Amino acid sequence: MANLHTNFAGIKSPNPFWLASAPPTNSGYQVMKAFDAGWGGAVWKTLGVPVVNVSSRYGSLNYRDTRMMGFNNIELITDRPLKDNLREIEEVKKRFPNHAVIASLMVETREEWHQIMQDVTNAGADGVELNFGCPHGMCERGMGSAVGQEPKVLKTIVGWVKEVAKIPVIVKLTPNISDITRPALAAVEGGGDAISLINTIQSVIGVDIDTFVPYPMVDGKSTNGGYCGPAVKPIAMNMLKNCAQHPGINIPISGIGGVENWRDAVEFILLGASSVQVCTAVMHYGFGIIREMVLGLEQYMDEKGFKTIDDFRGKALSNILHWEDLNLNYKIVADISQDKCIGCQLCYTACEDGAHQAISLPEDLMQRKPHIIEENCVGCNLCSLVCPVEGCITMKRKDDGKQHLTWKERTLEGNIPKTFNDELAGGLHHWVPEPMDALKKTKPKHYSLKR
Amino acid sequence: MSEYNPPHSEKEFEENFAQLKPLMSQTEAYYESSRCLFCYDAPCVNACPTGIDIPLFIRQINSKNEFGAAKTIYDSNYFGYACGKVCPTEVLCEGACVYNHSDVKAIEIGRLQTFATSKAIQSNKKLYSFAKPNGKKIAIIGAGPAGISCACELRWMGFEVDVFEAKEKPSGLTVHGVAPYKITNEEALNEMAYLEKQFGYNVQYSKRISTKEDLASLENKYDAIFIGIGLGKTSELKIKGEHLEHVFGAVEFVEQLRMNHHKIQVPKKIIVLGGGNTAMDAASESARMGAEKVILAYRRSKEEMPAYDFEYDLAKSVGVKGLFNVTPVEITGNGKVAGVIFAQTQTVNGKLEIIKGSEFTEECDAVIKATGQSKQSDLLKLIDGLNLQPNGTISVNEHFQTSNKKYFAAGDAVSGGEEVVNAAANGKKAARGIGKLILGFEF
Repeated sequence: MANLHTNFAGIKSPNPFWLASAPPTNSGYQVMKAFDAGWGGAVWKTLGVPVVNVSSRYGSLNYRDTRMMGFNNIELITDRPLKDNLREIEEVKKRFPNHAVIASLMVETREEWHQIMQDVTNAGADGVELNFGCPHGMCERGMGSAVGQEPKVLKTIVGWVKEVAKIPVIVKLTPNISDITRPALAAVEGGGDAISLINTIQSVIGVDIDTFVPYPMVDGKSTNGGYCGPAVKPIAMNMLKNCAQHPGINIPISGIGGVENWRDAVEFILLGASSVQVCTAVMHYGFGIIREMVLGLEQYMDEKGFKTIDDFRGKALSNILHWEDLNLNYKIVADISQDKCIGCQLCYTACEDGAHQAISLPEDLMQRKPHIIEENCVGCNLCSLVCPVEGCITMKRKDDGKQHLTWKERTLEGNIPKTFNDELAGGLHHWVPEPMDALKKTKPKHYSLKR
Repeated sequence: MSEYNPPHSEKEFEENFAQLKPLMSQTEAYYESSRCLFCYDAPCVNACPTGIDIPLFIRQINSKNEFGAAKTIYDSNYFGYACGKVCPTEVLCEGACVYNHSDVKAIEIGRLQTFATSKAIQSNKKLYSFAKPNGKKIAIIGAGPAGISCACELRWMGFEVDVFEAKEKPSGLTVHGVAPYKITNEEALNEMAYLEKQFGYNVQYSKRISTKEDLASLENKYDAIFIGIGLGKTSELKIKGEHLEHVFGAVEFVEQLRMNHHKIQVPKKIIVLGGGNTAMDAASESARMGAEKVILAYRRSKEEMPAYDFEYDLAKSVGVKGLFNVTPVEITGNGKVAGVIFAQTQTVNGKLEIIKGSEFTEECDAVIKATGQSKQSDLLKLIDGLNLQPNGTISVNEHFQTSNKKYFAAGDAVSGGEEVVNAAANGKKAARGIGKLILGFEF
């Protein structure tokens, strides 16, 4: 039976699912409710000198009928007095002693950091998370992502905190930087016990095309916000991987960014996360999503025979290589199941217009079902990605699996294209139609431009 | 049966004839449009007699460009709203949707089409600008789907157009002949008003063209005349008792129903004769008007009925009972209908034969004949040199021009009876034919 119990840099929680520091952790009421629902931990809405917020605060990126595929906010850190938050932290810890309460912090001076560390430790927090990530509102005042973007400053502040810290210190990083490992290393050098990533990505979520005002609107104006939600997951995972693979970054990582179900969590853990933090999905569906997450993770671990999170943490990392180390002799081509195909021809038009002209339609157009032109197929996957039918287009291996040759090896052998018209050009063997052929093709009758 | 009580008010009528394809809300349209795959050579387009660019208009709805969607629809079909409601989409666009092959519900194209066009109609959105007036005048006889489609297209090409309609209201079958649960009078007439205002053709209602003099006057005044008069009354069965009280023609029955709603009453036990879609409509409608028993009698087997399966299913769903392989021999009664004497039939070498001695009587209070419509030959025979097919329909060439070069024709008067969408498609093509032959170039 899977044991979800987590020990993250000394912070213990019944499972690896934590609420990220955000509106869902604004109050003791919410955190209490979340723990009651099954969440393992909560990173409290960032404490500091209370702010004044605007209305409205959020914007959504919808994709067709999917709401909040991406989400952005211009809300700041807590707008509640510190003493109220401390009292509620104490109350929550009293009621849920085995759950993790992590205080997110953002202040300016060394004295303030020392004072607030003492306050939250006294309140019973299990750890702290230093908010060096917030990309709006606070950074203009020299806090949040302004710190996360300056590794030297980050390291100094982590040092200040560690001077007095009696509980684990997590450093939360901003993705608004070109190389995430630089602030991560600074966190390590400053003595941080763990890092968490990613905070939100600076963004403009959308523009009202009638009033010309971007969202979210505040009295006819807007400002850049922080982007999060399912859409940022790939960016978060890449940054997670970069940190987890770095030999100098050997402290635990809490993964954040678009996690909304157990699968997302497993992916983050496979890429090296020891816990995951969730915000947008809770803001969308409420605390109840934890049921699906816990059950799914348990079932996955049982099926795979993993007893603890550590059993599979980082298991995908060894499978992420540099491009130059990938096997150039591996060859797959697409295969369309004629039984499953429903004749939408999305693969055809995707390959024709967006890839390598490796799919043909039957001569009898009434037949509808496309075929792969194997010799043209570069095995790019595109057709299988656009196909709306489960399992209809699969990629079949064509090489014998015995030959392995990488770009790096070819480079060492001197066997790579070096001039503009080199005979070794990868696409040289590949058939490309003549430009004028594009205008000779018959197209569906509704494709002509209308009056 | 008797699932329906006879309606005594407009509200009760509307309940009994609840719309099969109700108007979508903004939310439903957004969600439904999200499902469309945007197929490449989309089979729905190919299945539509008017060739509407369905993937485009659905994508336009999804990107909240509803007027753009309406224009995409009207570009191909001037009866866009009506067709969204009355088309047999199950066998046309929606029947062709690729989702049918993966056990996923087909996109509700008809309802999306109605949604988009309703937005344009409600806000009286002007979608078209016309070619410069070309000085030519066209007369159109009949304000049905063929005639109005022809009128719209002609106006767009710069013609002056006058429409002559025998009835008080436009839109032909959409208002007078389609089952009330498919489209309401208000809906059909709203679209007609929208088109009339937008395209600026003139319509003279209650103006029947019926005499040689009427025709001569049109021939003098106009450069061409378009005939879109549809079909006539229900054909005679030529059996005994056919003229008893409570023997109705289906076309006349439906028209009464469409015009008078709850104000008409139907007898308790009704026999509908026929196996086509009109028979299904008449049977369904009788049941929804509160008839206690409705029998659908068809001379061949259930499988041989020309009606669409979904239309028969719809009739069955309101309690209509099928009686197959029977043919009416006589309608009995003393003044009023009391029953129908049927004989059983069998097919021998492809020919339908009556089985001797198999006669039986089925009691009823009313008979509705849905056994075909006559042609409007009284008017057609007044037109000089107008060739008709042996079945009485008008012969036309590829430009929808008749053998009398002044006359063009389309719709049921040419086809012998098709869907609204076919008449709309061909009315428009006829306008192109008129344009080409009168102006000498193609638009």
